[in-house]
Amino acid sequence: MENEKNHIIPYKTFLYVLAGLIALTLTSVTLTQISLGAMTVTIALIIAAVKSSFVLSIFMHLKFENKMFSRAVIGVILLLSAVIAITLLDYLNR
Amino acid sequence: MSRENNTVEPSYLDYKGKYKGIFSWILSTDHKRIAILYLFSLLAFFATGATLGLLMKLELIAPGKTIMTAQTYNAFFTLHGIIMIFAVVIPGLPAVFGNFLLPIMIGAKDVAFPRLNLLSWYFYVAGVTLVLISQFTGQGPPDTGWTFYAPYSFRTTGNMLPAVFGAFVLGFSSILTGLNFLVTIHRMRAPGMTWLKMPLFPWTLYATGWVQLLATPIIGITLLMIIAERTLHIGFFDPTLGGDPLLYQHLFWTYSHPAVYIMILPAMGAISEIIPTFCHKTIFGYKFIVASSIAIAFVGYFIWGHHMFTSGMSGTALYTFSLLTFLVAIPSAIKVFNWIATMYKGSIDLQTPFYWALGFLFVFMIGGFTGLILGSLATDIHLHNTHFVVSHFHFIVFGGTGFAFFGAMHYWYPKITGKMYDTRWANTGLIIFFAGFITLYGEMIFLGMKGMPRRYYDYDEVFHTGNIFSSLGAIVMYFGLAVIIINLIASLRNGAKAPSDPWGGKTLEWTIPSPPPVENFDEIPVITKGPYNYK
Ligand SMILES: [Cu+2]
Repeated sequence: MENEKNHIIPYKTFLYVLAGLIALTLTSVTLTQISLGAMTVTIALIIAAVKSSFVLSIFMHLKFENKMFSRAVIGVILLLSAVIAITLLDYLNR
Repeated sequence: MSRENNTVEPSYLDYKGKYKGIFSWILSTDHKRIAILYLFSLLAFFATGATLGLLMKLELIAPGKTIMTAQTYNAFFTLHGIIMIFAVVIPGLPAVFGNFLLPIMIGAKDVAFPRLNLLSWYFYVAGVTLVLISQFTGQGPPDTGWTFYAPYSFRTTGNMLPAVFGAFVLGFSSILTGLNFLVTIHRMRAPGMTWLKMPLFPWTLYATGWVQLLATPIIGITLLMIIAERTLHIGFFDPTLGGDPLLYQHLFWTYSHPAVYIMILPAMGAISEIIPTFCHKTIFGYKFIVASSIAIAFVGYFIWGHHMFTSGMSGTALYTFSLLTFLVAIPSAIKVFNWIATMYKGSIDLQTPFYWALGFLFVFMIGGFTGLILGSLATDIHLHNTHFVVSHFHFIVFGGTGFAFFGAMHYWYPKITGKMYDTRWANTGLIIFFAGFITLYGEMIFLGMKGMPRRYYDYDEVFHTGNIFSSLGAIVMYFGLAVIIINLIASLRNGAKAPSDPWGGKTLEWTIPSPPPVENFDEIPVITKGPYNYK
């Protein structure tokens, strides 16, 4: 099967990603100290999204697997966004 | 096609495995044995739920206290709801008939993950056990209704935690079954069985699998949030803790509306198998039925708000949800028209499963039309939380899923048991059941329109006559159910031996002996034609 060919990722890559994740965590912690008004949540969510995409693509191998898996993940994210968007129709218009 | 005589392999019922007696069942990873495990546990829970329902209707036969207190009534409708929804209709057709027939209908020897399949059954039994424990421990049984609405669900002294956690565990069972079926359908179809050569029951299981996999986690998290709120006092839903009760309703129905499609899609699949077989005619509009299953599963994600029209959502959300709700009627109607068109000029063989399918069409349409009335914003204001809603729901879920379940039961009974049942008793039971069903729930439509609220053990004198009819209907229906089930059980002993294809069906399960051998097929078939190849 095509997805059984091994992708050996050098340890260095993992370390870079880890360092990136830690840096981003520190950033979001620091940002909570600064008042950004309505943007606080948005920025925190954007940072969280970037972090999870690193985890998904590198640690969870999505980048190296069969395209079908990434399509499935994207599909689920789109569905979830649609559900959240519809919920916001209520919250933003109350 | 029949290989009945030259088969040497024992049937799945006669096969002597590693274990003996009860262990040959509860430790078996054979999809057919697991299906039987589900069938018997499900029937036991169904009998419990139906008895609770009957007792509630007896309470309602006269105003005031008749046979139980208000608090008992509250506990009864809660338990009735939890058991019937989470332990009967949601696993329902997929767990029983899906498990038994999906691998056979796509030409496989088992599901993709047989052990996971058995684990799902253990989760299922554990979940129901937790729900039952909640009845007898702590400070009295839960009394919130099956919806566990916040903020009441964390203020009541009723014993909520085991019940909520039980529902959570049942959700896991459902997710694992869905995942298992998805992988099975993707990876294990017989050579030549392209997507559009797959029968319609597997197709609906496929659509259902996605809903199980993607919607159930939402309720899982929501139930955990209730537990966190009750035990750790984190404010998700309680306004006094800074939470939002409407958020609970959003999260709950984001799962629980798609859950209706977990219940009804496989039911539609079973009906799509029964109708062509007894009309001896190819199904009309195969591709449209497939597409409408996918469309129902997809649109079904976005319409949950129709349960919240009177909860105080924004106007924009109200219009959107109402519009989207109407959209889902389109694919449902496509299916109904296709089933009717299949019957047109067919050579119809009036057997018990076909009668069940006709009954399904009738009650499902009443359920669908009352659903449109509830989906309209203006009429819903009047009808919300009345018996009209309860009636609509039972027409769809008991009428739709229940009728299809019994139809499937009578359709695949010869295949599953290797015996024929007594048709005369089966039809008598169906007639009694049907008469009771229509009286019970039909009358509730009118009670609801007159304004009788749901979930009260008492009512005003003006509703008395209607309630007498409705409760008598419940007694008749219960009796009809008993006839149906006793007949099926008695036929296990007395029934004639079933041939491999008693009805003239064309899908793969009818090409193998009844009951099927352990490995289903001597040789995996190669598929060259569509599933409903008549004349
Ligand atoms: Cu709904």
